[in-house]
Amino acid sequence: MIGKESTAGRATKFTFLGLWVVFTVFPLYWITITSLKAPGDIFAFPIAYWPEHFSLENYSGLFGKADFGVYLTNSLLVAFVAGVVATAISMLSAYVLARFEFRTKSALLMAALVTQMIPTFIALGPLYLLMTDLNLVDNRLGLILVYVAVCIPFCTVMLRGFFENIPDALEEAAMIDGLSRFGALFRVLLPVMRPGIVAAFIFNFVNCWNELFLSVTLMNSDSNKTVPTALNGFISSFNIDWGSMSAAAVLTILPTMVLFAFASRHIVQGLTAGAVKG
Amino acid sequence: MPTASDTTETTKSASAGPSGTGGTPHGRGTQRGRRKPEFTARRGFLIAAFMTPAAVFVAVFTYYPMIAGSQMAFRNWKLTDLTDTSWVGLKNFRDVFADPAWGTVLGNTGIWVFGSIVPQLVIGFALALWLRRKFRFRGLYQALIFFPWAISGFLIGILFRWMFNSEFGVVNDLLQKAGLIDEPVAWLADPQTAMFAVVVANIWYGVTFFTIMILAALQSIPEELYEAAALDGAGKVRTLFQITIPYIRVTLALTVLLRVIWIFNFPDLIFGMTGGGPNNETHIVTTWMIKITQQGDYGRASALGLIVVATLLVFAVFFLLATREKREVKS
Repeated sequence: MIGKESTAGRATKFTFLGLWVVFTVFPLYWITITSLKAPGDIFAFPIAYWPEHFSLENYSGLFGKADFGVYLTNSLLVAFVAGVVATAISMLSAYVLARFEFRTKSALLMAALVTQMIPTFIALGPLYLLMTDLNLVDNRLGLILVYVAVCIPFCTVMLRGFFENIPDALEEAAMIDGLSRFGALFRVLLPVMRPGIVAAFIFNFVNCWNELFLSVTLMNSDSNKTVPTALNGFISSFNIDWGSMSAAAVLTILPTMVLFAFASRHIVQGLTAGAVKG
Repeated sequence: MPTASDTTETTKSASAGPSGTGGTPHGRGTQRGRRKPEFTARRGFLIAAFMTPAAVFVAVFTYYPMIAGSQMAFRNWKLTDLTDTSWVGLKNFRDVFADPAWGTVLGNTGIWVFGSIVPQLVIGFALALWLRRKFRFRGLYQALIFFPWAISGFLIGILFRWMFNSEFGVVNDLLQKAGLIDEPVAWLADPQTAMFAVVVANIWYGVTFFTIMILAALQSIPEELYEAAALDGAGKVRTLFQITIPYIRVTLALTVLLRVIWIFNFPDLIFGMTGGGPNNETHIVTTWMIKITQQGDYGRASALGLIVVATLLVFAVFFLLATREKREVKS
């Protein structure tokens, strides 16, 4: 890693990096280009790598024929609220798991790992019945509650890593200066944790934004659907309308990509902190 | 209220390395011994109060439905006949194993997990090693290759389904232009190529996670180690195997563990891309479970779910035991 790189080494490195970025970006480019072609041109031959005429018809169709705006709003609301609540709750549990030793601690961490192994489909039936009892089926609040639970385990482990990277001395100093433990947590620790909190929130938001199976099960009516559920509706028929589908895909991917572009650095830190110490 | 800028400097310097391990991969961390003598009842109350919200959410919305769902595995639980939900013991499990498709499903799961994780690990490692050194536009590069991770597995399935389309797919077009194939291949219609295609899509998605984890772990290796190795005349390969890999072994092991669990339990991409087709030939255990749920046999689907959880638990325990020695040295 240190020392001079040979010319051949550099060439290999940049060739590989170049090929990989092409491979990574190309599908995104392709779906975007497809979405901007006039519906007739999508199936034109030979395949056009640059559309002859750009058209926003696929996009206008989404908002005209389907209620895509409603789905986007629902997804935004559910993912945002669930992300905030899950991050706040995970912060408390992560703090305790990072700063205290107690008997049930390793059991709690193991329980968090086990949640990652549970296939959604084993829980769907009972979850549906539970939400029926709570009168929360086809209700955005219901979906938010379920998503909060889905986000908590991983978010806790991630934030725990962040807390562990902050020296105890910081809180001790604050407590010696007369702050209570709560005061030290909220007024000293949390501001320092801000990058980690942002990373955890974005991670939660993206997870909720992308979740499919729970949303399909719990949200029935058109006015409550989230974006992934709507996309799933597009493919249930035998012929996929690739124009609308690609426009919908672009609209779905865009918000999370923008968030990632801003936060990729924090996410690198956040994930590793969590895993290295986990 | 102190602002973040007052204190970030402290954090940065403190989090730069894994707690001052003194330059060896086997140094002991200083994470231990942080317990402060505090009034016990109060401490207990704080732990309970802070853990409760998380515990309640996960217990009510994850563990309760899972446990309630598990008992269906031992009952005759079919949507077609809800009048008889009697206890049938292990019948559902026997039905799972007796299914003629089970061998294919198991084989596909193996291809799916190992075919995805090995290239992901190798490519992710290589990218991380190369991204470690600063170069122009590294930040932009990093942001670009992280994008797949912002996309849902389901949508990635759809994306690749469009690209692998036999008539209008760009994959065929590019391969023909490159002279690699003579005529369009019906990628998703042939079980062999369909399995290959879903694995390619999954590699596209998953390399990022390895890159992120390994890159961040690499950044915790003190430069002095490499300087010392260079002084001793160690070559690139020796440096990689004697310094880099031992130092980040903990991260590597945990990343592989987490990824195996996630990939095994990740029906979304295949669901979006092939839906298990053609003719059920690209099903893995979890998409198979979706199919059986959709057919209304909740008992058998739950039996499959329990098989998934049990398999992953056994794997995790063995994996953690096998890597424990190394873990303890470092944490």
